[in-house]
Amino acid sequence: MIDQIKRTIKYGLKIIVRDGEIFLTSVFILFLVISLISFLFIFKKTSEFLISSFKEKADISVYFKEETPEDEILKIKDEISKNPEIKVEFISKEEALKEFEKRHKENQILMNALKEVGENPFLASLSIKAKEPNQYEELLSFLKEKESFIEKVDYSERKPLIERIFSLSSNLEKGGILISSVLILISIFVVFNTTRLSITNFKEEISIQRLVGASSWFIRGQFLVQGMIAGIFSALISLLIVFLSCYFLSPKISILFEGLNLLEIFSSNLGILILIQFSAGILLGSIPSLIAVRRFLKI
Amino acid sequence: MIKFQNVTKIFETKNKQKVFALKDVSFEIEKGEFVLIVGKSGAGKTTLLKLIFAEEKPTEGRIFFGGRDITKMKDREISKLRREIGVVFQDYKLLPTKTAFENLSYIMEVTGFSDEEIKRDVPRVLEVVRLSDKSECFPQELSAGEKQRLSIARALIHRPKVILADEPTGNLDPYNTLEILKVLEKIHQMDTTLILATHDKEVVNFLKKRVITLEGGEILRDEEKGRFVL
Repeated sequence: MIDQIKRTIKYGLKIIVRDGEIFLTSVFILFLVISLISFLFIFKKTSEFLISSFKEKADISVYFKEETPEDEILKIKDEISKNPEIKVEFISKEEALKEFEKRHKENQILMNALKEVGENPFLASLSIKAKEPNQYEELLSFLKEKESFIEKVDYSERKPLIERIFSLSSNLEKGGILISSVLILISIFVVFNTTRLSITNFKEEISIQRLVGASSWFIRGQFLVQGMIAGIFSALISLLIVFLSCYFLSPKISILFEGLNLLEIFSSNLGILILIQFSAGILLGSIPSLIAVRRFLKI
Repeated sequence: MIKFQNVTKIFETKNKQKVFALKDVSFEIEKGEFVLIVGKSGAGKTTLLKLIFAEEKPTEGRIFFGGRDITKMKDREISKLRREIGVVFQDYKLLPTKTAFENLSYIMEVTGFSDEEIKRDVPRVLEVVRLSDKSECFPQELSAGEKQRLSIARALIHRPKVILADEPTGNLDPYNTLEILKVLEKIHQMDTTLILATHDKEVVNFLKKRVITLEGGEILRDEEKGRFVL
């Protein structure tokens, strides 16, 4: 049994060596499909990272008028906190001052200016972080009702950016899925036909194998092995290309988006990426071959 | 061993015309027999052999091999059946890219013999057909007679119970023909059933075995120790 499996693989490899060009055609198309799927995956992970990091940074700072009592501010805080997805933090005048002093203790000019003012110039505030960008809309309308207590609302204007990333990523995802589907269909067609060509090229061997009673799985197996190896080979090349792309693009992209490390996204998702690439390669390499041998290989 | 029961084989031409290759053929071949199938070209000899190794299916009738009905066999059973049969063709059907040794070892590999068996059996069979000194030669380096002997070796290598030979001497001169017939007789003496299709009068008269004569797809005569009469 093990001997026969080894021989099936050996004969599959022989088909590859003899039909090198046909094999490379399969590898090329499978490589395109697997790479596209891989880049889509990396892109999805990147946009997820960007969105979550923007969300992390996105906040609203609400500064209250000097005369607004702390009770009133805490009431507003409690009301906002009813939504568990929104985090609210109260920063008193004193805390704001301490924070300022801590941050700028090295800066003598600022410290002197603060002394000149004489009293605490900071206002009590609420720092609000929402989970979803659309929650800001609701928050802003709520704060509008409390206008009389509020000196200033500092809205860090990240919502349009987040929404842009959302729409870009979802559009790219839709486009990617569409192109991938077309490429998958083309690859099925190509692998199917390359297997068919190999079957024609190995007509003599196949007829002798049939003649002497080689089992049908052995005769068909060689062509399946050929398809599978094409898939594995394409997945390997694709993995290398994706790695190199991440490696070389990573420093450039981290300049554009602070904290974004493509190489880290690649390495932290390596396991799932390898799984996606190799299962796509093996399935796309072997299923069309299986259909072709069932159709064209008479036992 | 082999039994044909009212077997008819009809081929359909491109113009949808029906051509009878065999018409209501019935006969039986016992284990260890040497039978000659004789007839003109187109008499149905090759079709008859193809039906035995399930390359073709009969249109009507039943064919038994060792008690099993070939006409009802599935793919897996057909593979098993073919391992019990060795086939020799007029045009040899050797693999040009493989040496004599590899042409034989290839068959053993694809039919699941172990590497040890291959190393042991291939030289032995090459010796039976007197090709030991040509084991590293490619088919194009062999003479017609040697090619046919290699083709017989290939039919023998997986130890079949029956050997079917379709015009094995068709491309050979009288000297090589005689040599092939001697090899076939030697194989027959090793308790192998042999069925040989030929239209060569010399072959039939030399062997003096049972002769089934076909004409137009029908059995004209079936005689023990027959002679070539058309």
